[in-house]
Amino acid sequence: MSFDRPNFRHPKLAKNSAGYSRTDYEGAISTLCAGCGHDSTTNAIIQACFELSIVPHRVAKMSGIGCSSKTPAYFLGKSHGFNAVHGRMPSVATGANMANRELLYIGISGDGDTASIGMGQFAHALRRNLNLNYICMNNGCYGLTKGQDSATADKGSVGKRGAPNMYASIDLCELAIELGASYVARGFSGDKQQLVPLIKGAIAHNGLAFIDVISPCVTFNNTSTSTKSYEYVREHIEATNTFDFVPLQQEILAQYSEGASQEVVMHDGSIIHLHKANSSEDVTDRLQAVNKLELEKKRGRLLTGLLYVNPDIQETHDIINSTLRPLNTLTEADLCPGNSALQRINESLR
Amino acid sequence: MKPTNTEDPEYFHKVIDCQYACPSHTPVPEYIRLISQGKYDEAFTINWISNVFPGILGRICDRPCEPACRRTRVEETPVAICRLKRVTSDFKSDNTDFMPKVPSEKNGKKIALIGGGPASLTVARDLLPLGYEIDLYDDQSKAGGFIRTQVPSFRLPEKVLNEEVDRILNMGVTTHFNHYVESLKTIADKGYDAIFVGTGAPRGRDLPALPGRVAGDASIFIGIEWLAAVLYRHVSSTPEKVLVLGGGNTAMDCCRMARRLGGEDVRVIVRSPRADMKASPWEIEDAEDEGIPIIDNHAPVDFVVEDGRLIGMHFQKMTAEYDANGRRKLLASKEAPVFIACDQVLLAVGQQNAFPFIKEDMPIQMNEHGLPVLDEKTYQSSVPHIFFGGDAAFGPKNVITAVAHGHQAAISIDLFCQGKDLHDRPGPTTNLVSQKMGMQDWIYDSHVSPDHRYAVPTADRVKSLKDRLVEVELGFSKKTGHQEALRCLNCDVQTVFDFSTCIECDACVDICPEFCINFVENGDEDDLRARLLAPADNRQQALYVSPVLPTGRVMVKDENVCLHCGLCAERCPTSSWEMVQFTYNSALAGQK
Ligand SMILES: Cc1cc2nc3c(=O)[nH]c(=O)nc-3n(C[C@H](O)[C@H](O)[C@H](O)COP(=O)(O)OP(=O)(O)OC[C@H]3O[C@@H](n4cnc5c(N)ncnc54)[C@H](O)[C@@H]3O)c2cc1C
Ligand SMILES: Cc1ncc(C[n+]2csc(CCOP(=O)(O)OP(=O)(O)O)c2C)c(N)n1
Ligand code: SF4
Ligand code: SF4
Ligand code: SF4
Ligand SMILES: [Mg+2]
Repeated sequence: MSFDRPNFRHPKLAKNSAGYSRTDYEGAISTLCAGCGHDSTTNAIIQACFELSIVPHRVAKMSGIGCSSKTPAYFLGKSHGFNAVHGRMPSVATGANMANRELLYIGISGDGDTASIGMGQFAHALRRNLNLNYICMNNGCYGLTKGQDSATADKGSVGKRGAPNMYASIDLCELAIELGASYVARGFSGDKQQLVPLIKGAIAHNGLAFIDVISPCVTFNNTSTSTKSYEYVREHIEATNTFDFVPLQQEILAQYSEGASQEVVMHDGSIIHLHKANSSEDVTDRLQAVNKLELEKKRGRLLTGLLYVNPDIQETHDIINSTLRPLNTLTEADLCPGNSALQRINESLR
Repeated sequence: MKPTNTEDPEYFHKVIDCQYACPSHTPVPEYIRLISQGKYDEAFTINWISNVFPGILGRICDRPCEPACRRTRVEETPVAICRLKRVTSDFKSDNTDFMPKVPSEKNGKKIALIGGGPASLTVARDLLPLGYEIDLYDDQSKAGGFIRTQVPSFRLPEKVLNEEVDRILNMGVTTHFNHYVESLKTIADKGYDAIFVGTGAPRGRDLPALPGRVAGDASIFIGIEWLAAVLYRHVSSTPEKVLVLGGGNTAMDCCRMARRLGGEDVRVIVRSPRADMKASPWEIEDAEDEGIPIIDNHAPVDFVVEDGRLIGMHFQKMTAEYDANGRRKLLASKEAPVFIACDQVLLAVGQQNAFPFIKEDMPIQMNEHGLPVLDEKTYQSSVPHIFFGGDAAFGPKNVITAVAHGHQAAISIDLFCQGKDLHDRPGPTTNLVSQKMGMQDWIYDSHVSPDHRYAVPTADRVKSLKDRLVEVELGFSKKTGHQEALRCLNCDVQTVFDFSTCIECDACVDICPEFCINFVENGDEDDLRARLLAPADNRQQALYVSPVLPTGRVMVKDENVCLHCGLCAERCPTSSWEMVQFTYNSALAGQK
C-alpha cells in the first residue's frame, strides 16, 4: 500500500492562466476504498478549479462527517478548510462566509450528512441562498459507518447488507429547488465530462449552488440490486441537457443553433450554453424543473445535468445588506463611527 | 485501434526501454533490483549471461540504454545503468557457480575464430558448453582485441580485462597468439566446420594529401597505432604541445593519454561544430575536466615544418550550414587560416575496415564499402560456413554490439553445424510473474525515488594525470549503488489490464500521477493520441488499447511516461489492473 504519490507529473502538462499546474490543486493521497466514487468527484473538483484558474489560497473547504466529508483532505491542499461535526457543514460555512465573503466556499457533504442529521441545516442554507457551492456525494448509504441505508436510498434498493430498504427516498434536488436553491444540478462520479462543467457553473454562480453527485460506495452499496451502483446508474441515467461553460475571460467559439440552445448569463459574466433535447424547455423555470424530475422518476430514469438555475437572485449578503469587506479588515474607525454618528441615529429615532 | 496483443513478446519488451535499446537486450531492471537487494552475485550472473563482460562494459560500454531510459522522460537524467553494471562486478563474491559446464566429450565439430576481440570471445563462450572445439587466432600476444590494445588503462584496468577474458579462455579455447592470419584460405583448408571472422576494423585513417605530411612524419601519428604503441611501451612520453585531430571517442582517448605522458598543452581540433561530434558526451566531459580544450569548426590546412621539425599546423575556420532536410554543409569562412603551434599531432580522423587476408582464392563477396556481403540476421557470408561479426561485419561500432553479433553468430554456427535452417532461429524466453502480495502490496518496491543521479567518485586528478595506469573512476560504493539502484522505475513490472472485470469507476485514471490512463471512444491512432488526457506525442511509445468495455468505450494507456508505481492497480477495486513482472531473455546458441 502506498502512502504517498510520486512527485513526477507528466512533463507536458499545461499551466492555467493563473500560472498554476494541476498539481497545485491536488491534496494528500486518498485513504478511501479503492474505486470509491468520492475519489472521482474529488478529481472533478480539482479539474474544475484548475480549468477556472481559481487561486488555491482564496478557497475555503467545509465539510461534515462521512467518507465524503473526508475528501477535502484529498483536494486543494493549499486552501483553507474546516472539518465540522456531523451534519453541521452549512452552519460553519455560513459563519465563515459571513466573516469573509471574498473567499470561494466549497461545502462537501454526504447523503447521510445532508439528508438525515444535517437536514435542518441544509434547508436553511438553501432558504437563505448562502453563496456556497454545496456538493453532496450521494451513495445512498452511510459509507463510513459500514453501509447502513441513508435517506436517499430508494425504496426496495438492496445494498451489501442484503435487506431491501423499506422507506421512501428523499430527492435532494427536488427538495433544493423547493427550498429556494438558485442553482441545482445532478451529476455522476463516473461521468466527468458532465460533472466538471456542472462544478464550473456552480463556482460561477452567486448564491447557493447545489450539486447532487451520485457517487457509488463500491464497498457497501455497489451490488447489482442497489440503485446507486455503477452499473445501475449507468443503465438508468438520463441527461436533461448538455452544456458548454464559457468563462468571462474566454471567447465564445462555438455556433449555437436557435431553439435547441439556451444561453444563461451568470452573475460574474460567464455564460452557460445549454443544448436541450426539447426547444420548449427553460432551465430557469422552477415548475418545469420539478415536473421534469418527477416525470423521469416515473419512467424509472435518473435525471442528471443542470436542472434549474436562477442567475438573478440575491444571496445572503445582498439580502441582509452586510458589509462588502471581510470582517478582519474592518478597523476601529469603521466599526465605531463616533459620537456624531450616534447622535444622528438617535435623532432619527426620536 | 485494435486491442493490443500483449501475447507478442515484443510488446512488453518495448516498454522496458533500456533492455530494448541494449543490442544484446540485457535484463537491466532485473539486475538493478537485485543490486538494491544486495544480491550482487545474481545481478552479475544476469549480466554475464547476456553481455559476457560485465566488469568491462560496466566501465566502457557505449551505453545506448541510458539515453533510452524512461527516467530521461520523467526527469533529467537516466539511471546510471552502466555504472551499476560495474557494481555487480565490483561486489560479487568469488563464487563461480554461474559458469556453465563444458563437456569433456566433444561434439566433433571444430570452429576457427579469427581475431580475439569481444565478438570472437562471445562466440567461444556460447559454443564451448555445447561441446564445440574452438581454435582462436590473433596477431596479438593476448586476447581482448581493441579493448586491450586501444582502450586506455585509466578507463579499463588490465586486471579487470584479464579476469573477464581469461574466464572465457579457461573454458577451453585453444589459442594461437602472435599468429597473424595471412590468408583466410589457409584456415579454410584446415577443414573447420565453421569459421568466424572477428578481425575488427583495424586501420586508422591518415591525411596523406595534406601538405607537410611527409616532412613532419616523425611527429605525426595515427591515433589507434599510437595508443597500441603506448600499451606495448614503444611510446612512453609526448612533447609538451600536442594537437589531436578528430571528434570521436578515439580522439578523446588520445588526448587524455597525451596528458598523462607529458603533454602540458593538449588540444583537440574538430572540423565540425561541437554539437555534431561523434564522441559520447561523457567522454568529452572527462577530457575537458582534465584541462583539454576542444576547438571546433577548424579544418586542417597543412603541417608546418621548419628545419625538419614540426612546429604547428594551419587551420581554416569553418561554418556549418544546414539545408531544409537538416543536411549539413561545412563552408570555409573568409578569414585567413589560423596557425596553432605544436610539437606533435595525433590523427584520430576515422577508422576503416581492411581485409588483406581475404584474397582472390576465397570467393567471399564484398560490397562497395569493402565490407563482406552478409545476411543481416545470420551473419553468414557468401561462403556458407564462414560468418562475420563485430566491427568486421558492418564497420566500427562498439563492444556491446560486437557481443550481440557474437551471440547471433554462435546461434547460426550451431544451427549450421546441425544442418538446420539458419532462419528458423530460437525465440526469446519470456515469463510473467504477478507481483501481488496481499490486497494492495507488491513484491517489488513500487516507491518512486525522487533522487537525482548520483555521481561516481573519481581518483585524485593530480595523481591520475601522472600515471596512465591509475583508473580515473572509482565506482559506486555499496551504499551509493543501492541509492542509485532505487532510482530505477522497474519498467519490467508491467501494468496488465483485464477489461472483463473493469467497472469503469475511474479510480485508476484519478490516481495516476502521469495521466497515462484514459477511458474514451475508440478511434485510429492519430485520433486517439489527440484526445487523451495528457499530450501523447511520443510515437516511439505504444498505446495500450483494451477491447470494448460495457459503456462502449475502450481503455487507452499511453506507455510513454508510466512510472510503474502500481498506484492504478492499488486503487482498482476489481483488480482489473495488475502489476506483473515480465522477463525477456534473448536466445543463446543451443536453446530451442
Ligand atoms: C581508441 C578506441 C577506443 C574505444 N573505446 C570504446 C569504448 O569505450 N567502448 C566501446 O564499447 N567500444 C570502444 N571502442 C570500439 C571497440 O573497441 C570495438 O568496437 C570492439 O573492440 C570490436 O570488437 P571486435 O571483436 O569486432 O574486434 P576487435 O576488438 O577489433 O578485435 C579484433 C582482433 O583481431 C585481430 N586481427 C585482425 N586481423 C587479424 C588477422 N588477419 N589475423 C589475426 N588477428 C587479426 C586484431 O589485432 C584484434 O586483436 C574503441 C575503439 C577505439 C579504437
Ligand atoms: C453526531 C454523530 N452522529 C453519528 C455519527 C456516526 N456517523 C459517522 S459518518 C455517518 C454517516 C455518513 O454518511 P454520509 O454522509 O452519507 O457519508 P459517506 O460515508 O456515505 O460518504 C454517521 C452516521 C457521527 N459521527 N456523529
Ligand atoms: S466505505 Fe464506501 S463511501 Fe466509504 S470510502 Fe469505501 S467505498 Fe467510499
Ligand atoms: S527506469 Fe530502470 S527499467 Fe526503466 S529504462 Fe531506466 S533503467 Fe531501465
Ligand atoms: S503504474 Fe499505473 S498509476 Fe503508476 S504511472 Fe503507470 S499507469 Fe500511472
Ligand atoms: Mg453516503
